[in-house]
Amino acid sequence: MPSSLVDGNSLLAIEVGAANTRAVMFDVIEGEYRFVASGTAPTTAEAPFKDVGEGVRNAIINLQKVLGNTLLDESRELIIPSQPNGSGVDACVVTLSAGPVVKTVIVGLLKDVSLDSARRLTESTYTRIVDRIGLNDRRRSDQQIDSLLRLRPDLVVITGGTDGGASRSIQKLLEPLGLACFLLPEEKRPAILFAGNEKLEEKVKNLVGSLAESLHFSPNVRPSLETEDIDPAERELARMFINIRKRQIKGVDMLDLWSAGHILPTAYATGRMVRFLAKVYGSKKGILSLDLGASAAIISAGFNGKSTLSVYPQFGLGENLARLQYYTTLEDILRWSSLDISAGVLRDYLYQKSLYPAAIAATKEDLAISEAVSRQSLYLAMQSARRDFPKNITTIEPILTPRFELILAGGAALSDASRPGHSLLLLLDSIQPVGVTTVILDQNNLLPLLGASASQNNILPVQVFESDAFLSMGTVISPVVAASYGTVILRAKLNYENGAEARMELKYGSIETLPLSSGEVGQLSIQGLRGADVGFGPGGSVTIPVSGGVLGVVFDGRGRPLDLPSDAVRRRELIKKWNSTLAGE
Amino acid sequence: MMQAPVIHVIGLTTIVRERLLPVSGTVLARLNQKVSPMDVIAETRWAREHLLLDVARLLRVTPNLADRLVKCNVGDRIAANSELAVGKGLFPHRVRAVREGRVVAVGGGQVLMEVGETKMELRAGIPGTVVQILPNRGVVIQTAGALIQGVWGNGRIASGSLVNLAEKPEGILTGGRLDVSLRGSIILAGIVNDAETLQAAAELPVRGLILSSISPSLIRKAREMRYPIMVTDGFGPMPMNSAAYKLLSTNARRDVTVNAEIYDRFSGARPEVIIPLPISEYPPAPREVETFAPGLQVRMRRPPAMGKIGSLVVIKPGLTTLPSGLRARAAEVKLENDETVIVPLVNLEVMG
Repeated sequence: MPSSLVDGNSLLAIEVGAANTRAVMFDVIEGEYRFVASGTAPTTAEAPFKDVGEGVRNAIINLQKVLGNTLLDESRELIIPSQPNGSGVDACVVTLSAGPVVKTVIVGLLKDVSLDSARRLTESTYTRIVDRIGLNDRRRSDQQIDSLLRLRPDLVVITGGTDGGASRSIQKLLEPLGLACFLLPEEKRPAILFAGNEKLEEKVKNLVGSLAESLHFSPNVRPSLETEDIDPAERELARMFINIRKRQIKGVDMLDLWSAGHILPTAYATGRMVRFLAKVYGSKKGILSLDLGASAAIISAGFNGKSTLSVYPQFGLGENLARLQYYTTLEDILRWSSLDISAGVLRDYLYQKSLYPAAIAATKEDLAISEAVSRQSLYLAMQSARRDFPKNITTIEPILTPRFELILAGGAALSDASRPGHSLLLLLDSIQPVGVTTVILDQNNLLPLLGASASQNNILPVQVFESDAFLSMGTVISPVVAASYGTVILRAKLNYENGAEARMELKYGSIETLPLSSGEVGQLSIQGLRGADVGFGPGGSVTIPVSGGVLGVVFDGRGRPLDLPSDAVRRRELIKKWNSTLAGE
Repeated sequence: MMQAPVIHVIGLTTIVRERLLPVSGTVLARLNQKVSPMDVIAETRWAREHLLLDVARLLRVTPNLADRLVKCNVGDRIAANSELAVGKGLFPHRVRAVREGRVVAVGGGQVLMEVGETKMELRAGIPGTVVQILPNRGVVIQTAGALIQGVWGNGRIASGSLVNLAEKPEGILTGGRLDVSLRGSIILAGIVNDAETLQAAAELPVRGLILSSISPSLIRKAREMRYPIMVTDGFGPMPMNSAAYKLLSTNARRDVTVNAEIYDRFSGARPEVIIPLPISEYPPAPREVETFAPGLQVRMRRPPAMGKIGSLVVIKPGLTTLPSGLRARAAEVKLENDETVIVPLVNLEVMG
């Protein structure tokens, strides 16, 4: 029996993250779905538990304490549906990111075509590509077999061949895969996803069907040379990821049962929500979601019906941190630091922190290092994700970040910051938005849970998203301009609803704010100077409605791309000043 | 109530460890057999390379015909240059094995051989009693003694007599201190921050190094070393935690095993030192799960006081604002020098 008003059912959403597990309750309050409360506990995917169920139950027990309601029965099973005495819940959904990165081999024909599609598809979940097999591969078949036997991938993703196109070449590529599977012990064989030429399905079944841990098919990601359609394969891959986790970690089966199969990879659930928001709120500009946590950096973007989802475990702030040096230099990380930190101290930090993914910065110096690392990780993730954005999106300059209507920021690095200003500055530094953008902080990390709940209840995500569970940071104005430090590049006038007015002059290299509270709207008149462009042409003037937030209207006059001073002392002074403007420190 | 991660530094406990072949093989040890570290408990033959011979292409026939012309069967051991298939006609083409090996698959006009086979022996690693046989894979060994777990290992294992070269927990080991009298020993040292020291230890050779910390720039070199290297505390200039230092230094001259396993948080494999000790009966096994509570011995994972050990005094109610500005559940911890620090619970691990 539903525990809530009208036909609303209570919903328990569980997120099993790399470091923490959260149990979140949604229910109908005064006729609308709301985020009610959450309980958190350490994730127990790792030894000695090796069973996520323990952490999930602990998180639910902590949630029960907040709710004053019973959700687990005497045998610690979830009470579902809710009971007349108010105990239990009506539905449950689960998202999962915990567990070791999924070692993946991609197989395709051409490097820039099907292998690239396979790469994009594979990057939509928590994988690491450990080998690529394609027509350009100079290795002999037996060398490919040895590589597969050495790497022991958990997953193989095969693409290639337009529908009705190449078939012999694909078959040739599959031979070493089949032989390697044959030689691997049964329990070590990979799951295989075929997302290539649909005419080959029978042949693929014959070649590797009985030798794979499981063989899955999805529509061709490249039905023709010019067309790429990854979405159906992403769905199949999301299901495969959960199945792989079921084999690897105890307790995932139980969550599958509790949620009646409504269990998704966290990143996929986030991507689903972004696709939905892009449809509902999207203008010509896009919607961007960022999530920076221990397991990965996740960038999801929606543009006019097209969406991308990129998961980068290599840029996560957990156990992969020591490998960050493969993608960047220590100097590039340190450029973001507000304190004078040596490269040696930073390198020690990366290795030491990778031992303890859940640890947090307790001292100011540790926080300065951790924020610098977060900035560079998110910056690298964004640069990587941009490669896969559609070509025909709205930009001010093609080399810059595309224009986004809305940026949603989540993940522990952003949502756990001591002040919202810290989160916003981290985001401005690493993403470098352009033009006019609304920024919302997912302070309760609800976005993936709403994405997962959409399949159970399509009203809940909309109503919770529009509630105050998300923290509006405000509207950010980021002009694109080249000028010298201190030059006035923009004048602005904000007219409030009550008739009051505030004016501001923005100098190049500075960040300024005008107050505008959450829920308030105002009319902002902008006059660009020195060719400053906020999306309405260089030096243009425009009046636009803006919405408020905890930081009001924020003007980022530091130019795009952000070019930090090379003089370290001056750079650190500026970083402190920007922090002071936004976070009051 | 919050569960706490545990790292073991215990003077006397019962230690039960699996010793497994990486691939299927033959287990030689028997149930209840007493083993010493050097005893071979299982063995296997392992080919790291394969050769795929495309007989159909080489004989210029169809795959079906090629299969009929192949003279070898799966499982056959083939000498180098042996004939694998002969074509038809007066002057038939011949397909020969270019290397010695074993046939693992025949079909589709192809022959797949594994080559470069090597014999692999799995040694017990630790002294103790075999308490379980894992068919075709290995054994479970039980022993009693001191157990000191670390945070990083280079994947090697060895046993030998422990020699203490670390007069204090923050000592630095240099190559100059490694003389011939240390050959075959396991060295208890402090910090290593140059590659020459690792190389000097290899040239003696030593049987193993137990370090407090190592420079991250030496990780690659440390992985190349053929002797085990275990790091107790971390990376950079970190002294050894007092509990591990005390336990190791007071057991100098005893035979110890350094199993510098690569840390795997999912399987629970950790690098560790085992010091077998005589017992009359098996002591309790270590507790794998703890809940944060006053009185527990804890180690700080991050600053302040990173690597130091203290006693948990009290868990603070609600969330505490830390000097960094972040808010988290925290505890008051009294360090060994009587100083008190406030530490977020997620930055603590229980030692016991």
